[in-house]
Amino acid sequence: MNRSPLSLRPGAPVQDEALLPTRREFVKRLGTGLFVWVVLGRTAGAEVSEAAHPVTVRPKPTGDFNAFLHIDENGHVTCFTGKIEMGQGPITSLPQMLAEDLDVSVDDISMVMGDTDLCPFDQGTWGSQTTQTFGTVWRTAAAEARGALLEEAAETLQVPVAQLSVHLGVVTDTKDPARKITYGQLTMGKKIERQVTAKPNLKTPDQFRIIGKPLLRKDSREKVTGRAVYAGDVRLPGMLYASILRAPAHGAVLKRVDTSGLKGTEGIVIVQQPDLMAVLHALPDAAEDALGKVRAEFEPSPSKLDDRTIYAHLEQAKLEARVVAQGGDLDVGRGLAVRRLSQTYLGAYVAHAAMETHTALAHVEGDHATVWASTQNPFGAREEIALALGLPIPKVRVITPFVGGGFGGKSFNLQAVEAARLSKATGRPVQVMWTREEEFFNDTFRPASVIKVDSGLDAAGRIAFWDYEVRFSGDRASEHLYDIAHHRTAAVGGFNGPPGYHPFEVGAWRAPGSSNNAFARESHVDQLASMAGVDPIEFRLRQLKDARLTRVLKAAADHWGWQPAKGPSGRGLGVACGQDAGSYVAAIAEVGVKDGKITVKRALWVQEMGLVINPAGAKIQMEGGITMGLGYALSEEIHFKDGAIRDTNFDRYALPRFSWVPKIETVILEADDTPPRGGGEPAIILTGAVIANAVHDATGVRLLELPMSPERVKAALEAKAQQA
Amino acid sequence: MPAANVSFRLNGKPVQLSVAPDRTLLWVLRTDLGLNGAKYGCGIAQCGACTVLVDHRAVRSCSVDIQSVHGADVVTIEGLAEGEKLHPLQEAFIAHDALQCGYCTAGMILTAYDFLLRHPNPTREEVVAGMDDNLCRCGAHVRIVDAILEAAPAMRGTQSP
Repeated sequence: MNRSPLSLRPGAPVQDEALLPTRREFVKRLGTGLFVWVVLGRTAGAEVSEAAHPVTVRPKPTGDFNAFLHIDENGHVTCFTGKIEMGQGPITSLPQMLAEDLDVSVDDISMVMGDTDLCPFDQGTWGSQTTQTFGTVWRTAAAEARGALLEEAAETLQVPVAQLSVHLGVVTDTKDPARKITYGQLTMGKKIERQVTAKPNLKTPDQFRIIGKPLLRKDSREKVTGRAVYAGDVRLPGMLYASILRAPAHGAVLKRVDTSGLKGTEGIVIVQQPDLMAVLHALPDAAEDALGKVRAEFEPSPSKLDDRTIYAHLEQAKLEARVVAQGGDLDVGRGLAVRRLSQTYLGAYVAHAAMETHTALAHVEGDHATVWASTQNPFGAREEIALALGLPIPKVRVITPFVGGGFGGKSFNLQAVEAARLSKATGRPVQVMWTREEEFFNDTFRPASVIKVDSGLDAAGRIAFWDYEVRFSGDRASEHLYDIAHHRTAAVGGFNGPPGYHPFEVGAWRAPGSSNNAFARESHVDQLASMAGVDPIEFRLRQLKDARLTRVLKAAADHWGWQPAKGPSGRGLGVACGQDAGSYVAAIAEVGVKDGKITVKRALWVQEMGLVINPAGAKIQMEGGITMGLGYALSEEIHFKDGAIRDTNFDRYALPRFSWVPKIETVILEADDTPPRGGGEPAIILTGAVIANAVHDATGVRLLELPMSPERVKAALEAKAQQA
Repeated sequence: MPAANVSFRLNGKPVQLSVAPDRTLLWVLRTDLGLNGAKYGCGIAQCGACTVLVDHRAVRSCSVDIQSVHGADVVTIEGLAEGEKLHPLQEAFIAHDALQCGYCTAGMILTAYDFLLRHPNPTREEVVAGMDDNLCRCGAHVRIVDAILEAAPAMRGTQSP
């Protein structure tokens, strides 16, 4: 269901290439220095699955370069990229990569991020792509720059390039160390342009001084002093704050509005358009109070679904299955099975719930708009705003300050469009900062899903066949990873729809699809291990076919001090492994269960993610994924009925808290010869599965539905007691 | 509601305002007073992103009236450092990378400040319990606890702001 007539589908806007900023314009803006243009290859950023990209606008590339770096006459390096910083750390890791291959100090690098006027086009910040796709290309730009500077130095110093060395931006003649020249001196008064084309000489891991060493975040000081600027912190003279009228339920159409209650309220501006009604004021709290005086009547929502009936609805949806992988012959496999296991795994709608709600400040002046937005997708936001305002795309500038958490939810830019429309309507700068209630209402939730797995063991205790169907969770990380001769993996519905099946908008949520797929697969494999009477790690190792996955699982067992036992062992230990964003991950956790409440006591995650740029940042991302994952595993669920969202704030929607967090150990396995892989998402995919498996090990009860709330655990325990 | 005079100390300096006395402290700080360090997260005192210190106690500024701080000493995250010299809690949050997106950070630090004033020598479990009503979505919890434990001895030796 479309939330507004303005929500776009890819490919809608038409842009005039001639109006886009060219290299010449960037050079003109910055004057002299060295410019290196970074061009991502055609395959870079290509979707690995249908769920890799969010639902909203996927902007088309503009121009022929994706980022650039500039070295000025003080030797200071500035990188311009459309990537954004939402906590995941590129503000630290991207300079770290550059510093290595350019041989400058990390402190001599500034980042200009997410500004559509200053930065060349970028697809958006999501899918754990920044380091793995973008970062490697970026390193080649640094190496290209270094090569260009060495050539300049060779000419100036009249020595061959091979005779030069660089340290912290100073080029030295190794035969006569008194002869030096800085990067700044080399670029002074010149315009040197380079484009990354052939593969320049990247440093190899044995040469690294900066990559692979832990580096503290570069944005901490701003963030601990309150000086860091987020979209809601930008102020403009004469600005208004908007409170927008929302429907009580998705699909509920406005019948009539009565604004007579606002009579006599000073300082308010009312904007009333067919699909946008807002009250604005110079103070945000006054705007909110005023909106409270507006009486509005809505038609009831046509939706008759709720959070219990949704699963049957999704299960019954008549849609064609898309085969993700298959091999052998399922009938043959079924024939070989001496024991069968069929299960259905359910996952609830889950909110992104970033601490910063969607926020934007828009200033529309004549035929030009400037919008500060909390977005993961500034170039997408620019297109959406341009379309809504009827402006050519280059007339819209989106600036992305620090983003207060995204997790996929801020690839959707409705708030920026609303702010822009309201600014146009009032002629004043307008801030839209969604209330938490609006955030829960407008969020593009992680979709509810139904995953059916039919499988069995052959006479030798191996998996005889694997018939897997994921409905509405997407195919990402749906493949089974095991050596199974007769198998089929199919996806129905995709991650985002098709439209009309979900009662509200859904979208990408940290590692879209992967958590639900890992929950189903690893829960099912765990049950098969129990049925076979084999230790769950041993059972997996016997049938894993990928060496990298085997390596992380073995390492996890070693680090844990794993004592093999068939489940349920009563110890409360769970195991899971998986693959996401090119990285491999294994987890072991210990849980306790009391009065239905699951407590995770100890958690070990082992990850192999190729070359690690910043081990400190990578570990933080792992810890963050594990911790955030406790929510979808234990508590997070959007309750709804007839289009109305019942969980509208943190009093009902429970995020993981300090007291939920176990003792966490994270281990990163070295794989310096493998290019960097995703780090922001892989850890979170196992939290649900490893806890479910640990609960089974503790209690003998198998939980098939996420979240594993105390009510569900209690019900499952009672059902088991009755059976016995 | 007609405007009233409200005066208090804000980050060590006297402030006098003529405002509707039932206006929310958070929005007066963010708009009238231009201090953006306290963040809106939920509006119902559930997340802690808006936390400020009122007479050295952590208070959810989204849920108190401006008139309630009349005569009080209010400190926001902007007032915690002495010039460029950071408070030990701020130093410890940096040293432990105890933040990601940073949106909850001011509230975390000021809640920890109040907690450490009352628990100068806490155990890890006490810190966890003391911080349990502050939400962080990025999952920086472990590091936040580490940072608070590290800051505790240093804070015992500092003057309150």
